[in-house]
Amino acid sequence: MTDSGEARQSVLEPSATTEESEAGTAPRKTEKQRGLWGEAWRDLRRRPLFIASAILIAILLVIAAFPGLFASADPNTQLLSKARQDPSGEAWFGYDHLGRDIYARVIHGARASIIVGVFSTLLAVLLGSLIGLVGGYFGGKTDSSLSRFAEIFLGLPFVLGAIVILSTFNAGIEGNPGTVRVMTQVVVTIGILAWPISMRIMRSAAITSKQQDYVKAAKALGASHGRIIFRHILPNSVAPVMVYATIALGQFIGLEATLSYLGLGLRAPVVSWGIMISDSQNYLFSAPHMLLFPAMFLVITVLAFVMLGDAVRDALDPKQS
Amino acid sequence: MTEPVLQVRDLVKHFPVTQGVVFKRTIGHVRAVDGVSFDLNKGETLGVVGESGCGKSTLAQVLMRLEQPTSGTALFEGADMFAKKGAELRELRRQMQVVLQDPYTSLNPRKTVGDIVGEPFEIHPEVAPKEDRQRRVQELLDIVGLNPGHIRRYPHQFSGGQRQRIGIARALALRPKVIVCDEPVSALDVSIQAQVMNLLGELQSEFGLSYIFIAHDLGVVRHLSDRVAVMYLGKMVETGTEDQIYEHPQHPYTQALLSSVPVPDPELRDRRETIRLSGDVPSPANPPSGCRFRTRCWRAQDLCAEQQPELEVRLDGGRIDPDAEGHPSACHFAEQHPHVVK
Repeated sequence: MTDSGEARQSVLEPSATTEESEAGTAPRKTEKQRGLWGEAWRDLRRRPLFIASAILIAILLVIAAFPGLFASADPNTQLLSKARQDPSGEAWFGYDHLGRDIYARVIHGARASIIVGVFSTLLAVLLGSLIGLVGGYFGGKTDSSLSRFAEIFLGLPFVLGAIVILSTFNAGIEGNPGTVRVMTQVVVTIGILAWPISMRIMRSAAITSKQQDYVKAAKALGASHGRIIFRHILPNSVAPVMVYATIALGQFIGLEATLSYLGLGLRAPVVSWGIMISDSQNYLFSAPHMLLFPAMFLVITVLAFVMLGDAVRDALDPKQS
Repeated sequence: MTEPVLQVRDLVKHFPVTQGVVFKRTIGHVRAVDGVSFDLNKGETLGVVGESGCGKSTLAQVLMRLEQPTSGTALFEGADMFAKKGAELRELRRQMQVVLQDPYTSLNPRKTVGDIVGEPFEIHPEVAPKEDRQRRVQELLDIVGLNPGHIRRYPHQFSGGQRQRIGIARALALRPKVIVCDEPVSALDVSIQAQVMNLLGELQSEFGLSYIFIAHDLGVVRHLSDRVAVMYLGKMVETGTEDQIYEHPQHPYTQALLSSVPVPDPELRDRRETIRLSGDVPSPANPPSGCRFRTRCWRAQDLCAEQQPELEVRLDGGRIDPDAEGHPSACHFAEQHPHVVK
C-alpha cells in the first residue's frame, strides 16, 4: 500500500536533482512547511475568541506605546477647581480628587501595567521553564531538590510574600524610590513568587517528552544533554507553558494593581491603574467614576489575555481538533 | 572463520525495586536480563524472540548503551564496549545504531524529515561536511524508498510504514556496522511489515550490516534471521540456526511459540498439534527456582524445580553431549516435538 502510494507520488513529482525538486515544490512550499505550530496558527485565525482578544490586545499595546495619540491632556496636571467632577464632553471620564483628567490617566497608565505584566511574565516563565526542564530531564536527586526549592515559594501566600520582599527592598529609602527601581522591584517580586508554577508545568511536560522514543533515538546517536533538552524536549514541552504565560500575563497585570493599591508597588508620579484604583478608595460613593474607568480597563486587559490563553490552549490541544 | 563483530558474555541487567519516598530501600531486583551470551557475525542477522516482559527490549537498550549493564561483558570488534567513554563512545555510536519499535513516537513531531535524518550528521559533523548534508539526507531517503523531495515534510504527514523507513534512514546515516532492530515491524500493518522486512534485507546485503532483530513472533524473524535465540524471563532458552529452531525445536517454550505462529494452509493447520501455554509469565522480580519455564511447562518434573538447566547441546531426552551435532537448549528434558511444525 505504502509503496504504491509512494510510487504514484514520485511519478507526479520526479525528483532528479535537488534544484529541480526545489523548484517543483516551490509553489507548495508554504503548505509543506506547516508544522504543528503552523496548524495551530491556522486554527487560531478562525476562532472569534482569538480574533476579539487579539484586537483588544493590539489596541492596548498601541495605547501603551503611544499614549499621546489617544489623550492630549497631561495626566499629572492638577486642576483643583475641577476635583471629582463627573464625566462630561470635555473630560470623558471626569476628574479625580486632585482634578486630574481620568481619561488621560487611564491611557497613560496602560504603559506601566503592560510593561510590568510582560516583564514579570517573561521572568517567571523563563526562570520556571529552565528549572523545570533541568529538573524534569535529569530527574532523581536534582529533580527532588529543585522541586522542594520551588515548593518554598509556592507555599508563600502571594500578597504576604510581596509585602515582605518589597518592604525589605525599600526599608532604608526615604521618600519616593525612582520609577525604574520600583518597576524592577515589582517585576522581580512577581517573577520570584510566580516561577514555581511554570516550573511545575514545564517539569511535567519534560518528563512526558523525555520518555518518548525520539529521545532514546537521539541518545543512541550520541546527542549531548543540551542538544536533547533544547532540540527535542523543549519544542515538545513548550505549548502548555505558552498557554500558562498568556493567562499569567493578565493575572500579573492584576497583581501589579493589587500591589499598587496596597501602596507597595508603583507610586505617583508613575501613572498606573492600580494607583488610580487605590486613589479612589475614599471617594467610592461621592465619585464612583474614579474607580469605574481604571477598573474597567484593568478588567478588559486581564480578560483579553485570559481569552487569548484559552484560544491558544484550544488550538494547541490536539484532542480539540 | 572471522572474529564476530559482537561477542556478548553473561550480560546481566537488574533493575532495583525500591520502597519509600525519602529513604529509599531496595527490596528486590527485577532480573530483566539475567545472563545472556551470544555472538554476532559480520553480515549476519540474529533474531531474538520472546513474549512481552522477557527482557528483549532491555537487552537492546543495554547493547545501545542507553542503560548500564549490572554485569557482564560485550566486545565490539574485540574491544569492551561497556568501558568506552567520551570520544570512544561517540565512535561506537557511529558503529551501532538502533531502529525503534513505534514509528509514531520515535520521530520528533516538531522536526522535519530533513532535520530528523540529518541529525546524525549534526551530532557527528566529521562524517559529512555541512554543504554536503542535504544531499546525503536525500540520498538516504532515496535508499529507504522515500521521495527525496519530501525533506521539508513533518512526520505526521507520513504513514506508519513510511515513518519506519525514516527511522531506518536515520539509523543508516552514519553507516553503522550493527543495527539493533527493536521490534521494528510489530507496530505496523501486516501488509507493510513485509515491505519493511524486505527493505531491511536489501540494506543488509547492500551495506554488509549485521542485525540484532528483536521480535515477539517467531514467524516475523524467520524471514530474515540466520540464527535465532529464544528468550524467556531474561534468559536464552534455545539458540540455533533458522533450520534448527524452526524444524527441530527442542525446548518446550520454543515449541509452544512455534505452534502459535499462524499457518495459512487450513489442511496443515488441522493436522498440527497446537500447544496452548496456560498462565502468565512469572514476575522477573521473583523468578521460579530451577528452570524458569517449569511453571508453564507440561514436561516439568521435580528435577526442574531443583536444578537450573544450562544452555547446552543436548540429545533427545536432555542428556548433555558437547560433542553431539545439534544446537544448545536449556531444558533437562529437551526433545524434538515432531508434530509442531509439519
